Amino acid sequence: MTVQPSVAPARWQEAVIERIVPQTPRVVSVFLRSGLQAHLAGQHLDVRLTAPDGYQAQRSYSIASAPGTQGIELAVERLEQGEVSAFFHEVARAGDTIEVRGPIGGHFVWRIEDGGPVLLIAGGSGIVPLMAMVRAWSAAQPNTPVLLVYSARTWEELVFRDELLDTQAHQPDFSVVVTTTRGPRRRSEDLDRRLDRSLLRELLTRWGRVPRHVYVCGSNVFVEAVTAGLVLEAVPAGRIRTERFGGEN
Amino acid sequence: MATRGFSGRRPSQDVALRLPPGQYRTEDFPVLAKGPTPRADLATWKFTISDAARPLASWTWAQFEALPRTIWRGDIHCVTKWSKLDTTWSGVSIDDLFQVAGIAPPSGYLLAESYDDYDTNLPVADLLGAKAMIATRFADAPLEPEHGGPARLLVPHLYFWKSAKWIKGLRFTAQDQAGFWELRGYHMYGDPWREQRYTNDP
Repeated sequence: MTVQPSVAPARWQEAVIERIVPQTPRVVSVFLRSGLQAHLAGQHLDVRLTAPDGYQAQRSYSIASAPGTQGIELAVERLEQGEVSAFFHEVARAGDTIEVRGPIGGHFVWRIEDGGPVLLIAGGSGIVPLMAMVRAWSAAQPNTPVLLVYSARTWEELVFRDELLDTQAHQPDFSVVVTTTRGPRRRSEDLDRRLDRSLLRELLTRWGRVPRHVYVCGSNVFVEAVTAGLVLEAVPAGRIRTERFGGEN
Repeated sequence: MATRGFSGRRPSQDVALRLPPGQYRTEDFPVLAKGPTPRADLATWKFTISDAARPLASWTWAQFEALPRTIWRGDIHCVTKWSKLDTTWSGVSIDDLFQVAGIAPPSGYLLAESYDDYDTNLPVADLLGAKAMIATRFADAPLEPEHGGPARLLVPHLYFWKSAKWIKGLRFTAQDQAGFWELRGYHMYGDPWREQRYTNDP
């Protein structure tokens, strides 16, 4: 694994919300205009909100947009009792200013030159940093096969669904397999059960590649189950990078 | 400058005083790790203190479990912004480890090294004086693998990435040598009360 010289994130700066777009019943995309330096696919931003009395709340959000595109897209899931996610879902609107810091993170990142084959495994809103990788890959069209396995409760809760299906339709090196845990599958190649070791084996066999880089993002329970299955299926642990969420409110 | 329409949800005054800047309280115990959770075999588990490449002392699991034990209760702070209050840990303090092994630190810095090839740098002084332990129990139960079990470093006065999970040893280094996250944009020291999250934070 190559370690690039790390870039320290700049200090807090203002960003303007350009628009907020609903993606699913529980996820909105927040498009920001800012002077932040360029990011890598997989990195995140820190966001800071300030109340009139000076009270502040900070959270981290993964970046969904590809490096090199105009502006930054975050995708924010509405959390029960969410303090900051509720702001993005209920209060924020185009033209508002928030504070941001970043981009941050030098491990859960994929660059074109890292090559592949690349296996991406998302649980729920864990798709967000992986979407930046799919978009970076799609923009560069390298000779690198990518398989995205995307687990969600239902077909309706798949964030970026149409874009992912469109990418698969136009790019033979990219495949997406959806597995829904609380609703029926929609396509013959999709599945409707939890990702366990036997399902991972089936998907790896069907893909016919040995992944060089694996990125798994989702809840801790999801990531634990998937990575344990991958290791049992002889994917070297050193090739697997994880990002787990939890504890947000 | 205030964010339009944001009022926030403040913690109580006593909780607020215990939260370093930019942190919020969680009741969960979130898991962060760079990769899969390694599964340790206690029959082959070993903990080693080294000076550069030279081993100074090592313990098997049975030997480690026989060492004097320390209990610590308090708050922990993760650089991803959650803090967890009133946690209880037990294990072997670094003071006791050095004393039992007769180790006089040969340098002022070390790397805590893990079974998953993770490492993180610390000043030796931050591990002494009852400030750190190798923890093997959390909330009076064996430490779960996803939280670093069977044994992890616990240095609760620094951001929690310094408390290396799945620890296999401490290695003295001549200089303060960056570890895994310190090479990837995170602060060399990581004091939550000074909000030293990222490289070059003051």
